[in-house]
Amino acid sequence: MKVSYYPGCSLHGMAVEYDESIRSVCNAIDVDLVELADWNCCGASSAHFIDDELAVRLPARNMLIAEREGRELLVPCPGCFQGLKHADKELKKAPSRWTDESYEGRAPVSHVSEFFHRRELLEKIIQEVTKPLTGVAAVAYHGCASQRPPKLTDAESPENPITMEELLRAIGIEVRPWSYKTDCCGASLTLTRLDIIHKLSGDLFDAAVEAGAECMVTDCPMCQSNLDTRQTEIEALRGTPYGLPVFYITELLAMALGEEKPDRWWKKHFVDPVPLFRNKDLM
Amino acid sequence: MQSTNVISPDSAFLAAVASRSDQPISLCYQCRKCTNGCPLTFAMDIMPNQVMRMIELGMRDELLRSKTIWVCASCQTCSTRCPNDIDIAHLMDSLRQLSRESGNVAEPKILKFHEAFLASIRCHGRTFELGMVARYKLSTLDLFSDLAVSLEMFKRGKIGFLPDRIKGRRVVRRMFGKRRRGTR
Repeated sequence: MKVSYYPGCSLHGMAVEYDESIRSVCNAIDVDLVELADWNCCGASSAHFIDDELAVRLPARNMLIAEREGRELLVPCPGCFQGLKHADKELKKAPSRWTDESYEGRAPVSHVSEFFHRRELLEKIIQEVTKPLTGVAAVAYHGCASQRPPKLTDAESPENPITMEELLRAIGIEVRPWSYKTDCCGASLTLTRLDIIHKLSGDLFDAAVEAGAECMVTDCPMCQSNLDTRQTEIEALRGTPYGLPVFYITELLAMALGEEKPDRWWKKHFVDPVPLFRNKDLM
Repeated sequence: MQSTNVISPDSAFLAAVASRSDQPISLCYQCRKCTNGCPLTFAMDIMPNQVMRMIELGMRDELLRSKTIWVCASCQTCSTRCPNDIDIAHLMDSLRQLSRESGNVAEPKILKFHEAFLASIRCHGRTFELGMVARYKLSTLDLFSDLAVSLEMFKRGKIGFLPDRIKGRRVVRRMFGKRRRGTR
């Protein structure tokens, strides 16, 4: 199976472990990733703040490249995913407004959890697990942009997604129920209004601990970075030692599928996952 | 005598917001689902359902200089749950744009962050995290917050030192020219 791949800026920067672990999972289950040629930034959470036109033009350029390549487009970052879905819909609605080229929508856009959760890939993952992560209790944290608004994302169950949960169960993880899986962590305000981050993310940590989780799992580079890098200061503010490693779903999938060097990813984490793995005899 | 705060409804503002956002604002019947589901209300000075009514009443200045429109994190919970299918999060975009144009921005740091982000895309075609943060920090003179987190990120190799520049960056730059009002 061959798909086009739009890593987005984060995966070439702060979230390089997300990129590497996606490639590792794809390698293990025979998915061939072809990085979209000369892709540009989708405009993320900034373009629509300032200019509605730009918020379509930036992702539209990528969708036109994907259209020429004619394959499904895998997008790991929910911010990019939302922007590219938006451009895809606008291009289908009125192509001539944005381009002289024809546009039929030959590159359906998929987000990571929904992609790997697809029946044939989930079956393949279950088949290829060599190291189940048994005994680890986690909460799945989906956040906002991969789900909402469903008009753009086409999410099947935006208030209660279950894709990441089923993927985690497939590799032996105990998924703890909680009601915060699609609540906002505030990541887009991380440089500008830290007080808001402290409240929103702090509430998520409290809820994760209350649910009995030993770690949090996400498929969003903004959420991961925010929950991982801000955790120590929130621990100090709330006087609670959370010690919750925050994983990308693909880091855990790759580990269960026999990735040989996951340690290179753990070094990138602020909250060290190694004690958790040692504790469960997984390292 | 009791003083009364009289509002003279101004439909011009409603028309301006409706045309920019393409949203059926007057369908709002104040069920407050937006406000009840909003995770940011604790940091807002006007509740989302009040924003809807204030647009209808033409309370332009109060809205455009409010904190609410800037602390909205675009989480889209309101837009997902509105029974009248009004994209409230998108309305917040329209109000932010109008606020920026009016020059009366209650949360200038938030605006400067997004301007720095776009400047980075305009320059390289992709976001260059280090350059973007440096530009933001210089523009707000908020130089020393987050030093510890930044150093830790350097140590863990999470920050690249060189921008990732694309071949099509001139095409990307031209997209910025096609706009009503430019970002620097």
